[in-house]
Amino acid sequence: MAVKVKIPVPLQRLTQGKEEVEGAPGTVIALVEDLDKQYPGLAERISEDGKLRRFVNIYVNEEDVRFKENEKTEVKDGDEVSIVPAIAGGAV
Amino acid sequence: MDFTEEQLKRYSRHIILPEVGGKGQKKISDSKVLIIGAGGLGCPVGYYLAAAGVGTIAMVDDDVVELSNLQRQIAHSVETLNVKKADSAKKTFEALNPDVNVVAIKERLNSKNILDYFREYDIIVDGTDNFPTRYLINDACVMLKKPLVSGAILRFEGQVTTIMPHDGPCYRCLFEEPPPAGLVPSCQEAGVLGVLPGVIGALQATEVLKLIIGKGTPLKGSLLIYDALGVNFRKVKVPKNDDCPVCGKNPTITDLTDLPEEYCSI
Repeated sequence: MAVKVKIPVPLQRLTQGKEEVEGAPGTVIALVEDLDKQYPGLAERISEDGKLRRFVNIYVNEEDVRFKENEKTEVKDGDEVSIVPAIAGGAV
Repeated sequence: MDFTEEQLKRYSRHIILPEVGGKGQKKISDSKVLIIGAGGLGCPVGYYLAAAGVGTIAMVDDDVVELSNLQRQIAHSVETLNVKKADSAKKTFEALNPDVNVVAIKERLNSKNILDYFREYDIIVDGTDNFPTRYLINDACVMLKKPLVSGAILRFEGQVTTIMPHDGPCYRCLFEEPPPAGLVPSCQEAGVLGVLPGVIGALQATEVLKLIIGKGTPLKGSLLIYDALGVNFRKVKVPKNDDCPVCGKNPTITDLTDLPEEYCSI
């Protein structure tokens, strides 16, 4: 078992088009760094100096980690993690 | 206003629903909705709200119709190429339902004009294509306490949420800041599946009608994410952020300001 991570459409070009990837349990930031080893460039899009970027949210089982322990929120085997960036398209 | 025979027939499938009825239909007829963007999202939202009989619909857009819009912007046609989108949408919606008064606002919203426009309407719908306007709309709605139904699309993915200012989270509680230019691709660069705004726009129109008739649970405190390729609807929780710069306990944003245009990358 591992942690399932939903990758949003704008970041799927870094995961070879995969919409779901797997990572190792631990803290959220460790998970992001682990994913970056498999999919280089991912961490930079989500975080900066070990902090999550303010226009990208991470949800562990539908809970926003900002309202838990942020980057240090623990993610266990079997948890579902979603990465959700702000998107703005509509009228173009 | 009493309904005419013709109106009773037109709205009969609404009136027959116990949740709507004559009373609900009257509320729909009396309501005023302002839609920002007469594009991918604004077209289906306005189209369905016009069909539903929303009394006044404002369409805000300063662009003209281009051929590349017609893959998804269903209120426009080859007949209205180069016509202002707000005028084109008005023509289409009024042809569908002459009961509806469509107000075409052919201007770009900015910090100076936004409050005056919003004040006149009951519900605001966000179907814009850029972050500066998205944050401006949010802040204006928080200041005026106007319900805001927000939708966004990119490639095969869409997001919807309903914001009830001070009674739930706002867009800044969800995403504190817009992404800097260049970090997220724009619709023009990234493309969008033509039917995607139809799905997201129909969800937004549903939220608007629920708010008007006061039935059901609004999509408040949640973000609904639709992934067209994987056929997934996911809902994540959006808590109200006490530290929110606009609706938190000690707001730092108390005046409207225009973000620089370079944020417009998406």
